[in-house]
Amino acid sequence: MIEINRSKARLWSRLGARATLGQAILEAAKERDDFYVMSADLAQSSGLVRFREEFPDRFINAGIAEQNMIGLAAGMAKDGTNVFATSFSPFVTMRACEQVRMNMGYMQLNIKTVGLGSGLIMAQLGNSHFGIEDGAVMRAIPGMTVIDPADGVEIVKTVEALCDYKKPAYLRLTGGPGLPIVYEGDIDFQIGKAIQVREGKDISIIATGTMVYYGKAAAEILAQKGIDAAVIDMHTIKPLDSACVDAQLDKKLIVTVEEASIVGGLGSAVAEHLAAKRNKPAQLMLGIKDCFPHAGSYQYLLEQCGLTGEQIAADIEAAFGQMA
Amino acid sequence: MIDNRAETTAALKTHAKNMRRLCLQMAYSCGGSAHLGGGLSLIEATAVLYGAVMNTAHCYEYAARDKFILSKGHGVLGFYAALAEFGVIDEKLLDTFLQDGSDLIAHPVMKPELGLETSSGSLGQGISMAAGLALAAKKKGYSFQTYVLCGNGESNEGSVWEACMSAVNFGLDNFTLFLDNNHMQSDGCSENVMNVSDKYAGMLKALGFQVIEIDGNDIGQVYDAFMEPHVPGRPKAIVGNTVKGKGVSFMENNNDWHHGRLTKDQFEAALAEVEAAR
Repeated sequence: MIEINRSKARLWSRLGARATLGQAILEAAKERDDFYVMSADLAQSSGLVRFREEFPDRFINAGIAEQNMIGLAAGMAKDGTNVFATSFSPFVTMRACEQVRMNMGYMQLNIKTVGLGSGLIMAQLGNSHFGIEDGAVMRAIPGMTVIDPADGVEIVKTVEALCDYKKPAYLRLTGGPGLPIVYEGDIDFQIGKAIQVREGKDISIIATGTMVYYGKAAAEILAQKGIDAAVIDMHTIKPLDSACVDAQLDKKLIVTVEEASIVGGLGSAVAEHLAAKRNKPAQLMLGIKDCFPHAGSYQYLLEQCGLTGEQIAADIEAAFGQMA
Repeated sequence: MIDNRAETTAALKTHAKNMRRLCLQMAYSCGGSAHLGGGLSLIEATAVLYGAVMNTAHCYEYAARDKFILSKGHGVLGFYAALAEFGVIDEKLLDTFLQDGSDLIAHPVMKPELGLETSSGSLGQGISMAAGLALAAKKKGYSFQTYVLCGNGESNEGSVWEACMSAVNFGLDNFTLFLDNNHMQSDGCSENVMNVSDKYAGMLKALGFQVIEIDGNDIGQVYDAFMEPHVPGRPKAIVGNTVKGKGVSFMENNNDWHHGRLTKDQFEAALAEVEAAR
């Protein structure tokens, strides 16, 4: 187990999602020898250089060939061995989508794909590198687990949990260096079990990835306006913690927020679950509104998509006003 | 296994004949269409692999059991027939081919206890899987060999070449690719679709494979090619030039039989021709 404390939480925040992934994998590798890590020529960009140096036999570079990386990972995982296969999110989920579908879906092999730099963090590099639909595409594959951790601490906890998880999973990493901190210490992290990060009686903000922090920021603003918002970290988008969603049915409004397209991701998962319920609150779905945003700085992109704390609070306030 | 080459290849020839009969019986009794052409072209390869090359007893442990991946998943007739002919599965199971609830559908579905190592059907993926198996075997000290069979039409897929590149890069001398090069594909002759099937051997050679090009329907040549030792540090490729629909004259090089349905008369004529073959 990796020791978790406040100074580590701050370190991982400074490092950002990708370097934290590399640290978590390196620490896990020191404790166990039962997994391999693959990259498609992006070890440098994935924080995996130290792992490659310390465990050269357990690091496999597939070159710039994501389809083959997933196929190789499948062969490596055929005896049950855990293989982490990493690349930028669109390449590992969409370039190699059918390999993922056959090997991780149809054959349920023990591969963990990691989508680096998902959401909007690739900023000026443009939409070719953004992770807008990656979570939705992976969620649509039968038998796939999809996890979108909120911050550095949760990334570390997810990597630890995935080391013991004997099923295929997609780990979606959002945010960069200066990653917002949601957790300053250890947490009880279980795949498929949401974490309540703020209590509230009027509405529930169900968020995933970086949006847990921004959802919390929105809740603080709303509190000043007399709206008491609960905030839930739905780190596992699939399988959805439906019991947790059911526990929000007494609220006046359910809000889902994700650094991803509003098509097919967390918002859709919650809506699919709620669809059959007779008495349910309305759902406000916040995320990237089915578009390719104009590339620019991360902050510029978040603002363009209405995903800052202030914007989320304003959208919720307007929706809440219509409820009354 | 018999040591003597002449006896072995003579026995394999009989097995191949039986397998063609099993293919026709499966295709006819299923009551629908089946991929006959591409199933019949690869018979000699699977006959030699299952009859003389591989350690396939399904009860063997994972680390020792040789692995066979049918990357061109639609070639199941020639694959299931080998599993039955060499006792990996009960021949009675072939009667369930394409029936509802059967384990034997038109593309393999992973079930190791039936000798079905992987699920395939989406072309161009099996070579990556096989390379991963061979790479894991090297890293973990598993003794098994990995054999993968792919088609010439399938080799239009870019992922085939990604996989071949990596097999060379990782020095997989425990990996053998058999290319069932029947020079046809779904839309007809490869020369009218993607005119490169005569170049595959050269492409594999250029990548760094140990390449053996043979008549892939000649049992002796197939046997010798599989028996030829690996060059250390290099993956091996056997480019078997084959005939689509081999063994049934009205099917040979006739793409109506890429995926076709046999009438009773056609079935009986085909069976008689296979039985009469020497």
